[in-house]
Amino acid sequence: MIVADKKPIEEIIEEIKAHDKILILGCNECVTVCEAGGKKEVGVLASALRMYFLNQGRNVKIDEVTLERQCDHEYLEEIRDRMDQYDAVVSLACGVGVQFMAEKYHNTPVYPGVNTCFLGATEKRGLWTERCQACGQCILASTGGICPVSRCAKRLLNGPCGGSVRGSCEINKEIDCAWQLIVDRLKALNRLDDYEKVCSLKDWSFDRAGGPRKVVREDVQQ
Amino acid sequence: MRLQYPTDIKIILLPCTGKLDVLHILHAFEKGADGVYAVGCMEGDCHYNSGNLRARKRVEQAQHILDTIGIGGERVQMYNLSSSEGPRFAQIAVEMDERIKKLGPNPIKRAKNRAA
Repeated sequence: MIVADKKPIEEIIEEIKAHDKILILGCNECVTVCEAGGKKEVGVLASALRMYFLNQGRNVKIDEVTLERQCDHEYLEEIRDRMDQYDAVVSLACGVGVQFMAEKYHNTPVYPGVNTCFLGATEKRGLWTERCQACGQCILASTGGICPVSRCAKRLLNGPCGGSVRGSCEINKEIDCAWQLIVDRLKALNRLDDYEKVCSLKDWSFDRAGGPRKVVREDVQQ
Repeated sequence: MRLQYPTDIKIILLPCTGKLDVLHILHAFEKGADGVYAVGCMEGDCHYNSGNLRARKRVEQAQHILDTIGIGGERVQMYNLSSSEGPRFAQIAVEMDERIKKLGPNPIKRAKNRAA
């Protein structure tokens, strides 16, 4: 899932203080799971903003809506008939949702309420870690299901660097060396021969190096 | 025991303080409460293992938010005591009542009155 973190309330206040009618828009997907932008976070932010503006002597309308997703036209359409009531939107969706919202309702300024961080997993409640960098050409089949692109600081594709010390990465002892994990895993799978295979140069044009990307599936298009 | 404690405290029963949410606390202030305190079991004695520890974290979150928006985080407190400590319960009520009286009314209440 896409992992995001809440922006400080002070930062959000600074962005929206000039507006009088504000919609706080949550998203029921990834940001709900990582407790940054779901219905509850919308409620907390809206309540805090209502009290802040009231305390400043300002009568600012703050409404709350949480959509199933903000990265799909059909869900964003659900608020079309009420959008004329607001002069700003704070979207607690990931960067994708914020942008899709801004594209769809381009007359209303949209402000991000979260910092979108990475593609990751929930290790436990309150701890999310990066697992994928969406490089566009997955090599997990040959690395025992452990991704050196997202988990090795140097994105090395043919074994560890000299900074791998007792299973940890040289940039931080608390970060596992991805290649140590890969070797251990291949050993456990009795596939250590795969480690000997040289991974040829990766085509990074499928990554961000090739500019903004798109996936086109004509077979499912209508 | 027929202990006395201030009459301006409204008790809201929860099955466990783990049920307490940041939103409950914020909504209480939005509605004009001058202060909120949670009274949970002793740490380590929660029947649901960690309800009172979660409550403490949520109280701390609410304190941070209230400080940020200028209402004052000290209006929210968490206390731990066992169910046999009636006198301590009354003492906490007095302590909280004095604390809030010192801080004065919830500024939201005054702001609402000004706006009306």
